[in-house]
Amino acid sequence: MTKTLKAVLLGGAAALAMGGAAQAQDATACLITKTDTNPFFVKMREGATEAAEAAGINLLTYAGAIDGDVESQVAAVETCIAAGASGILITPSDSRALEPVITQARDAGLLVIALDTPFEPADTADATFATDNFEAGRLIGAWAAATLGEDAADARIALLDLNPSQVSVDYLRDQGFMSGFGIEINDPTRIGDEDDPRIVGHDVTNGNEEGGRTAMENLLQIDPSVNVVYTINEPAAAGAHEALSAFGLDDQAIVVSVDGGCPGVQNVAAGVIGATSMQFPLLMASLGVEAIAQYAEDGSLPENTPGLGFFNTGVQLVTDNPVEGIDSIGSEEALDLCWG
Amino acid sequence: MPEEDDMADPTNAKGQDYETSLAASETTVAEFDHIHAGVVGKVQHLLHGNPTLVPVIVLTVAIGVFGLIAGDRFFTPFNLTLIMQQVSIIGMLAAAQSLVIITMGIDLSVAAIMVLMSVIAGKLAVEMGVPAPLALLVGFAGGIGAGYMNGVLVTRVKLPPFITTLGTWNIFFALNLWLSGAQSIRGADIDVEAPLLKFFGANFTIGSARLTYGSVLMVVIFVALWYLLNKTAWGRHVYMIGDDKDAAELAGIRTDRTLRQVYMLAGFICALAAWASIGRVGSISPQSFYEGNLQSITAVVIGGISLFGGRGSIMGALFGALIVGVFQSGLRLAGVDVLWQVFAIGWLIIIAVAVDQWIRKVSA
Repeated sequence: MTKTLKAVLLGGAAALAMGGAAQAQDATACLITKTDTNPFFVKMREGATEAAEAAGINLLTYAGAIDGDVESQVAAVETCIAAGASGILITPSDSRALEPVITQARDAGLLVIALDTPFEPADTADATFATDNFEAGRLIGAWAAATLGEDAADARIALLDLNPSQVSVDYLRDQGFMSGFGIEINDPTRIGDEDDPRIVGHDVTNGNEEGGRTAMENLLQIDPSVNVVYTINEPAAAGAHEALSAFGLDDQAIVVSVDGGCPGVQNVAAGVIGATSMQFPLLMASLGVEAIAQYAEDGSLPENTPGLGFFNTGVQLVTDNPVEGIDSIGSEEALDLCWG
Repeated sequence: MPEEDDMADPTNAKGQDYETSLAASETTVAEFDHIHAGVVGKVQHLLHGNPTLVPVIVLTVAIGVFGLIAGDRFFTPFNLTLIMQQVSIIGMLAAAQSLVIITMGIDLSVAAIMVLMSVIAGKLAVEMGVPAPLALLVGFAGGIGAGYMNGVLVTRVKLPPFITTLGTWNIFFALNLWLSGAQSIRGADIDVEAPLLKFFGANFTIGSARLTYGSVLMVVIFVALWYLLNKTAWGRHVYMIGDDKDAAELAGIRTDRTLRQVYMLAGFICALAAWASIGRVGSISPQSFYEGNLQSITAVVIGGISLFGGRGSIMGALFGALIVGVFQSGLRLAGVDVLWQVFAIGWLIIIAVAVDQWIRKVSA
């Protein structure tokens, strides 16, 4: 991945050579995350710190108090401009509300890279480094279909989504899963407009254990023969497993998820989760810092992954029951790579 | 003025002889006007005298209607007891919330206290090897302590309960994230290190009904509080404080001390709910129940407990929680999209408070 990025950056450097940029040694990069408690962002900060040391640049880190705390992030961006930073890495708490201050930063000559969460529109920032969530869903969908084999034709599928708002990460993973499983998804930005009879239903979990359990119970009440469970993230998957166990159905259903957090990977090892798609927050941040260092040195801009509106930081299927034709790693190897 | 003349005339004619005119006066005893006489008025009076009647009727009708719409799958002992399991945690929080609301307060920190105490007990028992009963005791003490903090801020610092608990909600939530690192403690680890923490998740069956000990605990809490509020002097004091704190004080009730006890008892119930939530969720999840405070207020309000204090039965909150659970389960089984469940709960709240206002007019 790093090699790919460097190739991209070199290509970019050739095309966009600009003079007069500051030396990398004096450069400063900012990392602004949604919160500083979520393990996902803790891992991001770890990656950014290591990359900044390696590149020999300064790193300033800021975070909001809670997810959705826009004011703190606005203040952090303003501080970074005032500090004369070369670039900002940010996971926007609100993909629209930060637009004015981001434009202000870019006008002041800073490189702005969105990490994990794209802005709306995405070109508010110079670049986006993120997980391909549709691909993350597609991998677990394809794995579930391959694991069921011929039985996939009469699967009974429960889908445990995030919340009623249908935000992008929610529909991308959900629809990716379905297309991987071989379900006609109709509108790819709309959850619930499919008419495949194999779908038992959708319910929302708020991405936590309690919501996962209640949602799973509700869908089992609709149809107790559910044998495939898609979950938005690993805490929701843990909750779904509790419900399945309480109904005595945990051997009947396979649970798939997305994230790659360490408790989730442990649940793969324990057989609670059949397969999960791991994302790489550490890589998002370290690649971001490298891009800022490069920009500070020669003014070159990072480029998107061909065919996508962002730079794909990769996703890896984790399962202890690999299937033919889908690249995956085991839970033991994944425990070294997981975040949190 | 012509009116003055009319008034003056008879008085002058009869001088001071008011005894004779007394015979012509009204002889019935003074009484209230029955403006709402008739069926509507009688219903209004009946509901005023029995505040739990509305939620009981709504619950019965809702179960009947969803039984018809969603059919066999809804109207089974299994599903009805499942609903009890699903509402048990919010139900316990609603019990704590009711206590505070009856005193004309509000407690926004109930869910935060609960999650924080589950994290504390989990950290101690699962990760630090403290014996589970001791870890739970620390959790209970913490819940009572958190309630005491609310009580002191309300009674000694004289902050409004809304502001106090808005503050402590944030404080407890932040402590929870700090202690847990926003990371769940896995169910498998709890099973190995401290299975006692998941005690209330275990279940027993009666026919095809399946009850968890957590559902039973919820009912026990409500019955105990009902007894405390209705059959003890302390409970009557709590109602009086909610109805008119100054009058209660003049009647010799130590209002501030009673208020602090109310918040401490609420904190203790939250800590019990914390224990039960570990069994219900299956793991210790710092991100769960973020909106539990609002859900508990929803249950209290739908249960007919007045936000203006001093009125409503604690049992109303139990029925309120069950109504929400029945609506969610029924709409879900009827295949209704989740956003319309949210929509329906919104209308339930508005209608419940509107009915409460209408009933209150009886005494106005």
